[in-house]
Amino acid sequence: MSERLHEKLEILADAAKYDVSCSSSGSKRKNHNKGLGEATGSGICHTYTEDGRCVSLLKILLTNHCIFDCAYCVTRKSNDIKRAAFTVQEVVDLTMNFYRRNYIEGLFLSSGIFKNADYTMERLVSVAKKLRTENKFNGYIHLKTIPGASDELMHEAGLWADRLSVNIEIPTESGLKLLAPDKNIKDMIEPMTYLKKEIIRTKEESKIFKSAPLFAPAGQSTQMIIGASGESDKDIMHTANKFYKGFNLKRVYYSGYVPISNDNRLPELGSAVPVLRENRLYQTDWLMRFYGFHVQELLNDQFPNLDPEIDPKLSWALRNMAFFPVDVNTADLQLILRVPGIGVQSAQKIVGARRFNKLGWDHLKKIGIALNRAKYFITCNSPITDRKDYTEAKIRQFILNESRSKFLTNGGQQYNLFG
Amino acid sequence: MEASSIIFSDKPVNVSYDGTWYGLLTAVFEAYSKKWNVSGFSIIDKESQSDFFAEKVIVVTDETKSQRVWLGLKKKVPKENCIQLYRCYLSEMPGMEFTIFSCIKFYFSGFDSPHLAYGNSDVLKISQTSKMVYREKHRMEAFVRFQRTADDLYYAGIEPDFNVIPLLSQHFAERYADQNWLIYDIKRKYGIYYDQDKVEEITLNFSNEAGEKTAVKDVFHDSETLYQELWKNYFKNVNIPSRRNIKLHVQHVPKRYWKHLIEKK
Repeated sequence: MSERLHEKLEILADAAKYDVSCSSSGSKRKNHNKGLGEATGSGICHTYTEDGRCVSLLKILLTNHCIFDCAYCVTRKSNDIKRAAFTVQEVVDLTMNFYRRNYIEGLFLSSGIFKNADYTMERLVSVAKKLRTENKFNGYIHLKTIPGASDELMHEAGLWADRLSVNIEIPTESGLKLLAPDKNIKDMIEPMTYLKKEIIRTKEESKIFKSAPLFAPAGQSTQMIIGASGESDKDIMHTANKFYKGFNLKRVYYSGYVPISNDNRLPELGSAVPVLRENRLYQTDWLMRFYGFHVQELLNDQFPNLDPEIDPKLSWALRNMAFFPVDVNTADLQLILRVPGIGVQSAQKIVGARRFNKLGWDHLKKIGIALNRAKYFITCNSPITDRKDYTEAKIRQFILNESRSKFLTNGGQQYNLFG
Repeated sequence: MEASSIIFSDKPVNVSYDGTWYGLLTAVFEAYSKKWNVSGFSIIDKESQSDFFAEKVIVVTDETKSQRVWLGLKKKVPKENCIQLYRCYLSEMPGMEFTIFSCIKFYFSGFDSPHLAYGNSDVLKISQTSKMVYREKHRMEAFVRFQRTADDLYYAGIEPDFNVIPLLSQHFAERYADQNWLIYDIKRKYGIYYDQDKVEEITLNFSNEAGEKTAVKDVFHDSETLYQELWKNYFKNVNIPSRRNIKLHVQHVPKRYWKHLIEKK
């Protein structure tokens, strides 16, 4: 009995791990009925795997039986692997017992598509419903929405889950046609559009009626696989931007393609996972969401790919030297945010602290900014010791000499991919 | 000598208090209102590097006085910055009382929004230390691993770097409202117990060194081993070997916490 459960967990956790979303934040579900759990805070990473990724949710597939044959997916129909399926009760028991021991923040339930979209979606919804009603579970629930599922089921999913997501997986339509012939973009966009409308509608309602039920309070997210279909960074980030702007997505995740098949449409088995590229994309995503950058400033026809050697903010700064130097004692927050080596928190600290005394290098260092990068782009209250009109290339070289990227020191294997 | 005595304001004073937060706030009240030239703080009956040249003054904890400091602070800086001072106290770092004292003095010095003066070394130190304590609290919220005993108590032993137990009650009481639990700081020998109604501070009396083991580990619930094994198995299977990054792993889960983590034992 327990052996079979172990085997199911092995198979269905293994198949779910390529979905990188781990977020358990952004909800506002309280433990209102003296039941188990809450999802009000910023989310907790309860442990980290040996690949350095956070584990906050029990992330499993309900089943890895699938009628689709997407080339990039381990669960694809044509792949000769062991198949398994949890019962609804098994998932409920695992979630409750892991949660009670403080292993997890909640459940992230996805599934291969068996029979059809609605049949699959119905099973996912029933797990969430059982947890919420019979077990008074108020922890975080993230459900995958199955492309093509009916509006009624999507609605019910929104009532029980904190977050819903459809993975777009391939950032271009041509790539999708090539690698996932059973899927079409319309089936993925439709549920997103429906959810967006429902989320907005229920939010409006809750402003009028305090007791209005929660509807996917942590919003929607999606994921794109990176490096499986020859797409450019511009393709990826412009698509991401459309999702953020057009569908109010909370998060877009980027998942470096892990080779899992000998299909000649894909990078061959054994090729490295593009973790550096993935990192640069996340940096770009952050610049768009928290630093006031427009995607067009970072990636455009002239610069369709990110610089692997330096981060995208520094890269932008070097292309736009006319913006600098910024005087940290007088400049607007928005401008300080654009300085390489200064993060959001440091920028806010600078703006707070400069009212008391003019800031010099010492203060800036203590506040925690990365002076090795920032010093070429700012002036402050300290005398300029070494200011020449360095060219863009010179600054780049100085910074590169001082700091070796953690990715580039790993034997340079990663670097070659982009060389 | 007692706090009521007259002390010449230029003579260095070592302020001795009972080690509690209210005690420290009382000490701050006395030192501030009597304009003592404070050289340092010490805890009564605890051996400390006493300053030979300083006069030792014992302060008796007084709730009214400590409340006056606390309420006064709340008028000067946002609540978060008041809590920062409390977190720094829980850091138990040597000399931290003095930094807290200096920072409070600065907060009372009349500047507008003094908590934003990150150019002031005390304000910066408080902000940074508070962050370290907060991080440790957050780690415990993540790393507590309850084990279910036969009599349905969910027990977890912890050994945090800082004394964060007082910061944990609310989070765990809200989250685990329908189960009895006990979180015990093995290093500091006290813990918090929740009975589905309220959280209490408790100390356990173990008869011998191995007490903790015999008291709890022999009385597991039947299902405990199964779920521990399932968790370990899950942990192993969500890892992607081709993305292996041990440096990052250890950075997030430092080795000193491993002995209490089921998946790392």
